[in-house]
Amino acid sequence: MSPSGAEFIRQIKSQIAQVDPGDVNEQLQSGNGNGSLAIIDVRESEEVERGLIPGAKHVPRGHLESRIEGAVPDRSQHVVLYCASGNRSALAAKTLEELGYENVESMTGGITLWKDRGFDVEVPRALTAEQRARYSRHLLLPEIGLEGQLKLLDAKVLLLGAGGLGSPTALYLAAAGVGTIGLVDDDEVDVSNLQRQVIHTTDRVGMPKVDSAEQSVKALNPGVEVMKHATRLDSSNIMEIIEGYDVIVDGVDNFPTRYLLNDASVRLRIPVVSASILGFDGQLSVFAPYDGPCYRCLYPTPPPAELAPSCGANGVLGVLPGTMGLLQATEVIKLVTGAGEPLIGRLVLYDALATTFTDLKVRRDPDCPICSREPGEISDEEMGVFPDYEAFCAAAG
Amino acid sequence: MSVIKIPPVLRAATGGEKEVAAEGQNVRELLERLAAEHPATQSQLFAEDGELNRYVNVYLNDEDVRVLDGLETPVGGRDTLVILPAMAGG
Repeated sequence: MSPSGAEFIRQIKSQIAQVDPGDVNEQLQSGNGNGSLAIIDVRESEEVERGLIPGAKHVPRGHLESRIEGAVPDRSQHVVLYCASGNRSALAAKTLEELGYENVESMTGGITLWKDRGFDVEVPRALTAEQRARYSRHLLLPEIGLEGQLKLLDAKVLLLGAGGLGSPTALYLAAAGVGTIGLVDDDEVDVSNLQRQVIHTTDRVGMPKVDSAEQSVKALNPGVEVMKHATRLDSSNIMEIIEGYDVIVDGVDNFPTRYLLNDASVRLRIPVVSASILGFDGQLSVFAPYDGPCYRCLYPTPPPAELAPSCGANGVLGVLPGTMGLLQATEVIKLVTGAGEPLIGRLVLYDALATTFTDLKVRRDPDCPICSREPGEISDEEMGVFPDYEAFCAAAG
Repeated sequence: MSVIKIPPVLRAATGGEKEVAAEGQNVRELLERLAAEHPATQSQLFAEDGELNRYVNVYLNDEDVRVLDGLETPVGGRDTLVILPAMAGG
């Protein structure tokens, strides 16, 4: 005769090791032996939201087999499992033993007994039900998960330009749940923008771009806070505008602003995800002050005007800023969540006609006029200035 | 033969060519060969003192020649030289 459910659990408990909450608490209080103990909460998300053991990782029992290796890659590590009362964790302990985990215990009495004993409980930051549904595809990714999503929700990202590059970047960062998106643009929507600036719409021609972009961002994700800066960046306002942002996305359309941004971001140690486009070609890199090269290490001086036509003069494939802007958005998410290898010290060239990506190395220049020095040594007067600056700007009109 | 990749802004000077094959022992010889074949590239690549213009980046495969031996960096027959100007479009 098959055993009853209760009998089955009793049998399992006799086959696995169990540990008293007092012993677990003692190990935690004594500093957890350099993190040698992994505490795993196997309950459902709704239960964990009401409180869990400090330092515990959440791996719901239903996903135990598929996710435990992400939480505890080393099968020889000491693992303590707990649930509400000690039944599900006993079954989970049996499963982990079958998966080859060598030192697994189930905590008797679960978190109920733990609380009765008066031990510490931590109430985790939780997503609302709406957020859990909205970001569910992120939550499934071990590289993002709840922790990464909370980082995105806390992140402040500034987009320079709500144009070709800024349009897709703003939309996808808003969709991804970046909590605060700053937009800097002093332009108005023109019908010639709509071939590529997909955040704007035909009925908003003539509207300030920051207002139009805000409408689209809010329509996609009302939870995003939009900070509008309907101005042109210059040396008098840049420090004030960019300070406090975690990441800056550079999609500006001129060299003087790119140099100015570089110098200000180095001073404030804010990473810049930089892209530029022309015709059918794009360039992309991440400039992380003092961790990698800056824009001036890559390009010490801008080219003369005849070698640096603008998209307005030269033309640009409408899809190209979509491709490059989304590569920027991807790098932003990597920087914020810590996932993957950011594009620091590398430059990617994209040739849309040939469909080729070329990866080049970018080194820090030990003689860089800006990032070879400490932030405090860079003066206001130097910011954005480069050799032949005045001649360049005169030629560019 | 090495291959020199021509950026869009220089293609008017190479008759629209995206890649130019050239022979040479080092970076300087390759670029001088390019300038001889397409004279309009001369002033865009080289300053009056014969050195590379500061705003022109040249990569041997994936490495900036400035961190190698500059124009004197030796070049092999299968190497690719990438000429890279800054772009500012957004």
